[in-house]
Amino acid sequence: MAEQYPILVLLVLLFGALLVGLAGMADRRICFPVTVTALALALAVSLGILQRVINEGVIRYFVAGWSRPVGIGIELRIDTINALVLLTITTVGLLAAVFSFRRVKEDKTEKTPLFYILYLLLIMGLSGMVITGDAFNLYVLLEVSSLTSYALIAMGKSRRAAVAAFSYIIMGTIGASFYLLGVGYLYLRTGTLNMVEIHQAITGLEGVSSAIVVAFVMIIVGLMIKMAFFPLFGWLPNAYSYCPSSTSCVVAPLMTKVGVYVMVRMMLTVFGTEWVFENLQYSQWMVGMAVIAILAGSVMALAQVELKKMFCYIIVAEVGYMVGGAWLANHWGMVGTVYHIMSDAFMTLCMFLAAGIFLKQAGVVRIDQLDGMFRKMPLTMAGFVVGALAMIGIPPTCGFFSKLYLIRGGMESGHWGYVVALLISSLVNAVLFFRIFEIAYFGKKPVEGHGHHADHSERSVIKEARLSALVPLLTTAVIIILLGIFNQDLVDLIERSLKGAEVIGSAVLSGEGGLG
Amino acid sequence: MPEVIQTYTPLWACLSALLAVIPIILLRKESFLREGATFVAGIVMLGFVISMVPEVLSGKVLECMLVQITRDVPIKFRVDGLGLLFALVASTLWIVTSLYSVGYMRGLKEHSQTRFFAFFAVSLTATMGVAFAGNLLTLYLFYEILSLATWPLVTHHQDKEARSGGRKYLTYLLGTSVGFALPALIFCYVKASATGLEFSTAGFLVGSVEGATALVLLLLFTFGFSKAGLMPFHSWLPGAMVAPTPVSALLHAVAVVKVGVFCIIRVFTGVFGLEFLKELDIAIVVSWIAAFTVITSSLIALTQDNLKRRLAFSTIGQLAYIILGVSLLTDRAVMGSMTHIAMHAAGKITLFMCAGAVFVATGKKYISEMDGLGRKMPFTFAAFTIGALSVIGLPPTGGLISKFYLVTGAMDAGQPLLVTVFLVSTLLNAAYLLPIAYRAFFPKDRQLASQPFSWKSTAEAPWACVVPICITAALAIVLFVKPQLLLKLASLMVTGTG
Repeated sequence: MAEQYPILVLLVLLFGALLVGLAGMADRRICFPVTVTALALALAVSLGILQRVINEGVIRYFVAGWSRPVGIGIELRIDTINALVLLTITTVGLLAAVFSFRRVKEDKTEKTPLFYILYLLLIMGLSGMVITGDAFNLYVLLEVSSLTSYALIAMGKSRRAAVAAFSYIIMGTIGASFYLLGVGYLYLRTGTLNMVEIHQAITGLEGVSSAIVVAFVMIIVGLMIKMAFFPLFGWLPNAYSYCPSSTSCVVAPLMTKVGVYVMVRMMLTVFGTEWVFENLQYSQWMVGMAVIAILAGSVMALAQVELKKMFCYIIVAEVGYMVGGAWLANHWGMVGTVYHIMSDAFMTLCMFLAAGIFLKQAGVVRIDQLDGMFRKMPLTMAGFVVGALAMIGIPPTCGFFSKLYLIRGGMESGHWGYVVALLISSLVNAVLFFRIFEIAYFGKKPVEGHGHHADHSERSVIKEARLSALVPLLTTAVIIILLGIFNQDLVDLIERSLKGAEVIGSAVLSGEGGLG
Repeated sequence: MPEVIQTYTPLWACLSALLAVIPIILLRKESFLREGATFVAGIVMLGFVISMVPEVLSGKVLECMLVQITRDVPIKFRVDGLGLLFALVASTLWIVTSLYSVGYMRGLKEHSQTRFFAFFAVSLTATMGVAFAGNLLTLYLFYEILSLATWPLVTHHQDKEARSGGRKYLTYLLGTSVGFALPALIFCYVKASATGLEFSTAGFLVGSVEGATALVLLLLFTFGFSKAGLMPFHSWLPGAMVAPTPVSALLHAVAVVKVGVFCIIRVFTGVFGLEFLKELDIAIVVSWIAAFTVITSSLIALTQDNLKRRLAFSTIGQLAYIILGVSLLTDRAVMGSMTHIAMHAAGKITLFMCAGAVFVATGKKYISEMDGLGRKMPFTFAAFTIGALSVIGLPPTGGLISKFYLVTGAMDAGQPLLVTVFLVSTLLNAAYLLPIAYRAFFPKDRQLASQPFSWKSTAEAPWACVVPICITAALAIVLFVKPQLLLKLASLMVTGTG
């Protein structure tokens, strides 16, 4: 059983989607429990996978037993990095699914089964992208997750959701085409689609093959669109803010992060860090663009009046953190990037869950509508505050440690612009979130003189969120703190995959002989 | 190396305040029980702190590992002379202030008292955390928690003034800590993570930095911990005076600002190490910034009519004394600056609580309205006089002791100009504090002055306000008579056993 875990994650989700469809025909109310069960099973299996990777090292699984290099077999290849990202995806998926309870029923009753089918397929696609060891298979799963997310976003009530989804489709398709073209070039030059074999072929080539360079550039550009890296982020803010809350809660934390993960995987496994950092002198450029992304994202976030829009621009800045970190070309930059993929997924989840609750309970769209929230919804605010502190980077939340590692990487590689950009972005986040806290704490009309509002009488009007919304939010808040406290264990796991044996071609990142 | 004892006592001291939050919230309907919980926590905390005194005095260091949070740098507590000295001050004054808060908050029928007491307890936890922090990361962690936990206290009134004061408060404190202290911390982490960033008398940065880098790093730390109110990052402090007076008293004369200077002392004594700083010869820059702050803030204080604002500027000056002292790097100056934490705390908390008592009893905030008030509130103004003497540094109060050490330390350092700074500012202190006390007893107004004093015409604030004032005033005198404990603790830090 344990050796079948890698495929089991995908099958559980895939069959879950089928079952939801069947169940939906009988009774819509069964859709939710089926979805949650499927996701809970996937979570359990991904925990099992992590356990196995920790104990046994890299898992190589050949789908249907078609082993390489003979035949056309697809390989699933899991080291500690993707085991952790997989765990993140399934956890976020489960939490966001629990949150969607009631919501979907009230939003679009007749579409409940469709929503959950798409939802499970999306999680399946993302999980598959993370664990696959095959560059073309990755493309297929990328399309699965993209197509489902277009549909999920278009389910938004307002017409703007449809427009946003449409522009997302255009951009997303362009991105995917770039990726596919890149893989095509790789296949032409190397004759294989398996990531490890591509790598071996590339290292076998003499000199720098321009076809490979073009392939690399195309893949990275395609991924940059998918992960909304500045300046290719135009589709993101509308798409993520006009879609239903239950969609944004899963799409916003995961889609961009998985894009970053794929980029990291390309750099680590497919092309190899020696090739990427030593043959191509792109580091300065990429880090420079990341700096612009961070600053631009932060500044645009400051200019927003809508809560979800603000979070969307924060995502743009956070993507800058990760791309910059990965291209610092040293050990701590890469560790920080991978760690930040996890921590940012949960921070973003926390933000969007809170935004969803505010929208549902109090109809909040704009930031200034949040007045008096500390009094009205103390528990929701408590969860939100934890997420916000992580975004600012206050210890012991995970946000502090991702910044610690990223800034350390920046200092060691001498990219001072990146260091300064990270600090500025932290300060901007502090401004952004304390603006919200202030509104939520004071209320719209400040009371002059000594406030004499009664201490407890207002409790009757509290409209705290339902349990199905609060549980995911507070769980996320706890996870954010736990990720911070146990960051050392995570870093150990990440390093295991960066050091020597397990991932090929990572001497650059081994920490001892870094480029910095 | 000093002997190290593993113990959980510092953790318990910290937790005793944090755990008090639970009964405070649960007992929100029963105000007597709720405040009882605060007292019990305060006494328990003080008990834990005192229980550590004998071992620390015998030259041992108490350690308590909490979490191995990064590979080299854990979250851990480490109690040495300086930390214990600060913990003693903070926990003693918490109990006194709690009593005072009860009187003040009830006297003014403030709203949201439960929230107030709950965040007060959290702030004390963070203060203890800073006091016991064993390394830079732990220090930073609790420093930030303290900034956040005190924000609801500063903005307690939730009116327009509180909003702008609170905004300024966070902008300055978070802005500098994230903008300056955090990069400095990470720089240390990059340079010297193998040392665990653990404070030691030799300084963990020894040999890792030099020249201009060291100076930049020192300035980043000094300005990054802007709770110390060093100019030009001082203006949050007068702004934060919108808080209810017990908050100003404990947090802004004792806990918050003292956490700032405490952190800076730690940076000087534990991060760089005094010897290393002497070798680098960069601390004099900080000395002059502090000297500038001392004189400027005293001059500004002279012009303030709002009593709390005048006291706030006086605090800025006194904090700069402490920074000036430690930046002189001589043994006596450093001891002086450490003991000044305690001496100034006792004096300044008295002054703040007097200002609050006047406000509770008469609603007056401005010094110009306080003519002759000493006759109505004799205890309050007697205590005010003692507090003023202590802040100025006159006998029979503790302020004299620390000032003596500071001035002689400046002489040891061979800085006659800085000695002058101390002396001039003492005159300025007297000029802005003594007239208040004098006018209160001997009003300008003939009519007021000619009235004979009678006990019947006194109108003191509630006893819960007056008793704590008398206690802290007495404390200021006791510290003059018996400063040995504090001096012993401070000397542990300079003789190299800590």
